[in-house]
Amino acid sequence: MATQAKSIARNTTRILGSRALLLPGLFVCVVLLVISLLWSITLGAADITPEVVYTALFNFDESSFDHLIIQTVRLPRVLAGVVVGAALAVAGAIMQGLTRNPLADSGILGINSGAAFAVVLAVFLLGNPPLSVYALFGFIGAGAAAALVYFLGSVGRGGATPLKLTLAGVILSAFISSFTTAILISDQETLDKIRFWTAGSLAGREMPLLTQTVPYIFVGLAGALLISRQITTISLGDDVAKGLGQNTVWVKGIAAMIVVLLAGGAVALAGPIGFVGLVVPHVVRFIVGVDYRWVIPYSALLGAMLVTIADVGARIIIRPQELPVGVMMAFVGAPFFIWLARWKVKR
Amino acid sequence: MAVEKPLKPTWITLRPRGLPFSYRLDRRVPLVALALLAFTLAVLVVSINFGQYNMSLLDVVETLLGTNADHPDARNFNLVVHTFRLPRILVAFLVGAALAASGALMQGITRNPLADPYLLGVSSGAALVAVALIVWLRDLPISLLPWGAFGGALLTAGAIYLLAWKRGSSTPIRLILIGIAVQSVIAAMTTMMLLFGDINDVQQAYVWLTGSVYGRNWEHVHTLGGWLLVFLPVAFLLARSLNTLNLGDETAKGLGMRVEWQRGLLLVVSVALAAAAVAVAGTIGFVGLVAPHVTRRLVGPSHEGLLPVSALFGGALLVLADLIGRWVIAPSELPIGIITAMIGAPYFLYLLYRHR
Repeated sequence: MATQAKSIARNTTRILGSRALLLPGLFVCVVLLVISLLWSITLGAADITPEVVYTALFNFDESSFDHLIIQTVRLPRVLAGVVVGAALAVAGAIMQGLTRNPLADSGILGINSGAAFAVVLAVFLLGNPPLSVYALFGFIGAGAAAALVYFLGSVGRGGATPLKLTLAGVILSAFISSFTTAILISDQETLDKIRFWTAGSLAGREMPLLTQTVPYIFVGLAGALLISRQITTISLGDDVAKGLGQNTVWVKGIAAMIVVLLAGGAVALAGPIGFVGLVVPHVVRFIVGVDYRWVIPYSALLGAMLVTIADVGARIIIRPQELPVGVMMAFVGAPFFIWLARWKVKR
Repeated sequence: MAVEKPLKPTWITLRPRGLPFSYRLDRRVPLVALALLAFTLAVLVVSINFGQYNMSLLDVVETLLGTNADHPDARNFNLVVHTFRLPRILVAFLVGAALAASGALMQGITRNPLADPYLLGVSSGAALVAVALIVWLRDLPISLLPWGAFGGALLTAGAIYLLAWKRGSSTPIRLILIGIAVQSVIAAMTTMMLLFGDINDVQQAYVWLTGSVYGRNWEHVHTLGGWLLVFLPVAFLLARSLNTLNLGDETAKGLGMRVEWQRGLLLVVSVALAAAAVAVAGTIGFVGLVAPHVTRRLVGPSHEGLLPVSALFGGALLVLADLIGRWVIAPSELPIGIITAMIGAPYFLYLLYRHR
């Protein structure tokens, strides 16, 4: 796997070939993200003009119905999308660097399966808990599973090697999922309540839930930016990193904690959403290469943008019903990614 | 991952007279194969014996051999054994054999000991079609399900292979990246159907997705058996070229092998085996990964012995898993796919621990 990751890097050409373009490119991404956010807020059951959106954000009028919709429903939802997208993409980028495995995302640490198991268990035992309980159990499950995977993957000599981490993650995920499935196929009521959550969705996410989870994600994002240089080094291989004087045990441990904060926060907020974490880092590496000081901010912005756009699609494509954003994202993102892989992977 | 001991020159060479090939087996192969067969038969008898309707082990054996004609309950015995219990156990065995052989091929082709039969999207493609059939076309005769799943599996694998094809080759890198994208689209469609389907159908679909041999009958045995009769021998014959491929593409070319062509052929056989198994029993995990692994430790890495013994091991494992699944929460049962995950995961954790 490590060799596959290396040969992907070797056999692709960057889109932004010159380093001088990287910072302006980041700026363009921010502008595009803001535009897609405003666009997303205008769309919905009631179409609201961009001017009204602007006044609702900066000159809030409590008596206006549109303003209320924006402040209590649409803004939180859009913000949740941004945060979740950024968190998952960055977590995926870190995992791919850490395990040098092109197929890694935060799911490799057992985060999605741990969260799903905890939430299914909560619904099975408690009946009909509110979204905040889903979030709490999701976060705890994600953290516990990740800790267990990390522990099992780092027992013994050599510490947490990429192969051992990946193996432990895949195995433990499958193991936990088999218990989840055992509950779901024996209890129809739980299955019915849980199936929308397990597909990942931003519907009905409101401010209180956001304020519960967003701090973790912000800490994670800041941490990711701080250790981005170390991630670049470690993505070259343990031996190289050690040779350059890096304390790889510490870096890996801290990186894993950051991933738990990011992906755990995201799963608590929106349920297990796939695809962003897996695909966005690849797209970003096609654009900026393998320097994680750029990969991480670009991943955050493109991840946020992808989730925002996919959420728009999810809301309007079968109005008045909604698709889960995770599903929509695969439809939007996969064709683009296939085209990119065919175009960019030379050999 | 496993560090192989230096191979001792302990081979059995088979050279059928008049046929243009020879076969070289590790000396451990016959012994291990016999032990696995004996184990399978023993578990089979116990498994047939187990259930709501009580009968003695001796009765089971006599019914199987057809020597119970003078027993007063002979008709009941025949019904229980031949109609209810035997076919599903045989299906379990065949599915295990197919998945294990497919996994051994896939691990050999990709030179990756962690590859499994579902690498090229066989499971997601089959799952999509099967879930669609279960959730949308509800009154469909159940016998169509395998064919639909089979078609979905082949289409997906083919689509990934073709999309990754450019200028005369499908490189492993493009196969992996495009595999991710195609499989995530298919998984998204499956999720959507699970979301909007009627809850009873969805639950049934979940059971199928986990992998189950519940209620499988002789028709399934014959369908799957037919596929295996064609593709297993082909796999065994291709074992030698797999050994050559494992020396690396350059060496294989240097030895006069048409690498792309042989690899393509091996992929087709591997996908066909996995697809047939998935079609009949759903997406059972871990067998295709675990069986070749254990077998490699038992009989060494040479594929002539590895492939058939893996198949036997996979079969034995699923027969055992089926018995456990029916026993653990009797009188209801856990799908066989859950049991394989519960057996397979600890085995790999043990491997991790031993090779720290």
